[in-house]
Amino acid sequence: MALEDIVILNEKETRAGFGEGIYELAKTNENVVVLTADLAGSFKLGPFIKEFNNRFVQCGIQEANMIGMAAGLTIGGKIPYTTTFANFSTGRVYDQIRQSVAYSDKNVKICASHAGLTLGEDGATHQILEDIGLMKMLPGMTVINPCDFNQTKAATKAIADIHGPVYLRFGRPKWPNFTKEDGSDFVIGKAQVLAEGTDVTLIACGHMVWKSVEAAKELAKEGISAEVINMHTIKPLDTEAVIKSLTKTGAVVTAEEHNIIGGLGDAIAQVAARNIPVPQEYIGTNDTFGESGKPEQLLKKYGLDTPNIVAAAKKAISRKK
Amino acid sequence: MTNEQLKLKSIEYRQKLLTCIFNCKAGHTGGSLSSVDILNVLYNEILNVSPETFSSPIRDRYIQSKGHCVEVLFVVLADMGFFPESDLLTMNQYQSHYIGHPTRKVKGVEQNTGALGHGLPICVGTAIAAKLDDQDYKVFTLLGDGEIAEGANWEAAMAASHYKLDNLCAIIDNNKLQITSTNREVMNSDPLDAKFESFGWAVREVDGNDVGALKVLMQSLPFEKDKPSLIIAHTKKGKGISFMEDVLKWHHGVPSAAEYEQAMAELEAAKAVILEEQVASLVNE
Repeated sequence: MALEDIVILNEKETRAGFGEGIYELAKTNENVVVLTADLAGSFKLGPFIKEFNNRFVQCGIQEANMIGMAAGLTIGGKIPYTTTFANFSTGRVYDQIRQSVAYSDKNVKICASHAGLTLGEDGATHQILEDIGLMKMLPGMTVINPCDFNQTKAATKAIADIHGPVYLRFGRPKWPNFTKEDGSDFVIGKAQVLAEGTDVTLIACGHMVWKSVEAAKELAKEGISAEVINMHTIKPLDTEAVIKSLTKTGAVVTAEEHNIIGGLGDAIAQVAARNIPVPQEYIGTNDTFGESGKPEQLLKKYGLDTPNIVAAAKKAISRKK
Repeated sequence: MTNEQLKLKSIEYRQKLLTCIFNCKAGHTGGSLSSVDILNVLYNEILNVSPETFSSPIRDRYIQSKGHCVEVLFVVLADMGFFPESDLLTMNQYQSHYIGHPTRKVKGVEQNTGALGHGLPICVGTAIAAKLDDQDYKVFTLLGDGEIAEGANWEAAMAASHYKLDNLCAIIDNNKLQITSTNREVMNSDPLDAKFESFGWAVREVDGNDVGALKVLMQSLPFEKDKPSLIIAHTKKGKGISFMEDVLKWHHGVPSAAEYEQAMAELEAAKAVILEEQVASLVNE
């Protein structure tokens, strides 16, 4: 796909993609059960609850119990999807996920909304920026951070088809929706090359994918050819795609709505260090908690915006020998 | 089984688990001994679980939340025929599946456990799955009395009652000691009955080392329609071995050769008493 072909179809919340996805999935997969810790509204679960009320388990504000219950539902043959904000989905219940789910290889789908800074006004307590790291360190855990509404919907359905624990991360605000409506361009574990380029590779996940597309368009105006890769699946990582692109461009910028310690950027750096060391610049928060504000205000303050990706790309290119 | 047969079985399990612990020089001796009679009655009288039916969707589920007392579980599962008893000679050794906490790599184990406070939430989920499928299998868990301090238990207790899970039975091995001291001193959980009753559970108390009483009680499950059942099983830590009973150091203590021999001798003597009683009752008839 060429950069100019990537256009905004509409603006929708990625979490709404989850709500639509789970509703469609439930129609075809009767083992799907949805649990929530009092956040059905945030996950747009209305249609699911209305039609599949018998497969909806309200857990109240009991995240630890919800994860345990999900593990237990698998012992009864179900495919449980748990829903709460990303901070309550991970940090609060890490031991439950580690012991009852991951170590026990349970087929639990941990679905987390309101991830990262773009949660906005609620501030640092709710803006987890460590969740990708926490989850990707768990043996056997698949970690997916889709880039838009259509892709979140596709991922919600696709994770039912793989056995084992999954962390599916998405967000709160309306965001440019630009991937295929039918989700056919999403494959778990397969990097999505949105635009091919030769000077630098931009690898991003989640909301930062669109910012990277915008950055690539800006760079193109200055005659810089950027390859844009949507690395929606952070684990298992498509190392082949990373090596292929870095071999071609010789420089990389990683962009994530997450701490640069332990996130997507570090995963890419590990592949680069072991296979094709190239200059790398990180876009992400740097060892800090968040704060209150509008999503765009916060993304700008912490450098997670288009101008900073453009600058990082130029810097990475300048560091090539 | 008759009560006498169950009593003999408990003695056999105690001998076997002590042998495991003595051989591998590690284990949770006191808590395994206190819960022997509970697992004996569960597996021999109550659960419809066997190696042949273990993959059946309608089997009863037992999830041992107090995972550290794995020795008793492995000994009972071996006796049920899930794996050869000789496998237990590898217990706690390098590359053995028979590790210090329950793992699904061992046949007959439903769930990896070990971190405390995980079993009850899991059982709530499984009991809900049974209700969703309109199946009448039962879900059991064994909790330590010290473990009750973990907050997740109380989340699960609330949810079990909310969802009217009368297919769920939790058993507390109430041996009144934990690693540091008595429960009362470390973190008092009394009164357990009133706490669980106030959470909407049907609660019964029993001598948890009396196989006959345990059997009668468990056969009467569920205690009340639409309520989860709790059995507070009053037990002795280190039950069956005179010098281990109610002695803190046997939480994780490993017997010396002399202690092991004495323990086995005490159990042999207990067995002889039961057999003599059996003979006497036959003569009287």
